[in-house]
Amino acid sequence: LSLRTLSIATVAALTGGFALVFFYAPNDADQGFIQKIFYVHVPMAMVALGGFVLGGIFAIQHLRTRRPEWDLRSYVAIHLSLILAIAVLITGSIWARASWGHWWVWDEPTLVSFLVVFLLFACYQPLRFSIEDPERQARYASVFAVTAAAFVPINFLAVRMAQGYVHPRVLTATGGNMTGQMRVAFYAALFAMVLLFVTLFSLEMAAKRDAARLRRARRELEDVELAPRRTFAPEVTG
Amino acid sequence: MTVLGALLRKELRIELRTLEAVPGMSLFAVTTFVVFHFALDRPTVQGDLASGVLVVTLLFAAMLGVNRLWVADEEQGGFDAVLLAPIDRTSLFVAKAIAMFVYLAVLEIVAIPAFAFLLLEPPIRAEVLLVLLLTDFGMAVIGTLIGALAVKTRARDLIGPLLALPLLVPVVIAAAQALQPLLATRDHGPAEPKWLLILGLYDLVFALVAYAVFDPLLED
Repeated sequence: LSLRTLSIATVAALTGGFALVFFYAPNDADQGFIQKIFYVHVPMAMVALGGFVLGGIFAIQHLRTRRPEWDLRSYVAIHLSLILAIAVLITGSIWARASWGHWWVWDEPTLVSFLVVFLLFACYQPLRFSIEDPERQARYASVFAVTAAAFVPINFLAVRMAQGYVHPRVLTATGGNMTGQMRVAFYAALFAMVLLFVTLFSLEMAAKRDAARLRRARRELEDVELAPRRTFAPEVTG
Repeated sequence: MTVLGALLRKELRIELRTLEAVPGMSLFAVTTFVVFHFALDRPTVQGDLASGVLVVTLLFAAMLGVNRLWVADEEQGGFDAVLLAPIDRTSLFVAKAIAMFVYLAVLEIVAIPAFAFLLLEPPIRAEVLLVLLLTDFGMAVIGTLIGALAVKTRARDLIGPLLALPLLVPVVIAAAQALQPLLATRDHGPAEPKWLLILGLYDLVFALVAYAVFDPLLED
């Protein structure tokens, strides 16, 4: 699948998904219009958590095969998920303010667990940054990514048990308390968000590969001392 | 088994001769109780406040131990010696984790009586030991893994606690909730089984994860 097709499909899915959210799904009876933020917040949170776990799975692959390609995938997945996670915390905070009157609510287990997971994965970049040898950096980052991915479900279990059930449980096993139209809009938004993640992932992977190739080419051509790299993203050779 | 025994003996003998970790951790814990007394401005604590003070103090004292745990191996060639020896590398992890567990147990032998003497209002109960046992196991496993990770980084004293604190949040939640009824003056009761279950589950999962991912840390 080419990057162009993927990008066009993502734009179409996002437009279609949000059209459904705003024009097809009814306003929530309790919360009114502000509940629409749910269609951005929840899919984004699910994709971010999925991305963190995916980063851990790629890290397992890296530890097994020792191919730098897998380390790069793990890095990009975690990097993108961190950006999404910041957006999740901001939208969650806005939603909490609108429906409960406070910007931050401690007895809201999903938001609190998400914050802890975010704080843990936010250490991924400082960890890479403080190890200079690229091969060891890749190995240590993978060990951390695997441990942190295993932490995600345990953390959610512990935080959820520690608090009352305040959060609107829209995604229970029975389909929750969403109406049919809401559910259609939600799944459309979720699909669009997954597609967005895949597109951004492919774009960043392509950019990282091209940057590495360009760097190699320049080194061969000019044979000059290049300025030190300013990023600690893994560099894939070959 | 003999390899594990030898490595464990080495750890404990080094600690006995240098006294680098445990006395510092214990002194830190006692000082922290004094700090809490002034910061909270209370003569005694009980219930949820008592369990919070106790768990946070033990957690931060454990962080001190985590920072010291691997330093001798990194600076004086302990890693190289283990790599040169024809032994399973994971046994080094197991030996270190057991040593860390022993350090935490000794820390608590000092810190719990000090806590009961300085701050705690109700008398201390024996069930506290069970909760602390499970807490120590989790802190030892995570502390040993993260300590090994952090010791090779440039900012090791920063990276260690930075990674270990969020990882230990479930342990803090479960331990604090389990200790709460045990440290209450009025309507005290046994710890809720679900918190012990969470602690046990956490210990099991991370013991397996750490056991599985430790090998790649020791490759050079």
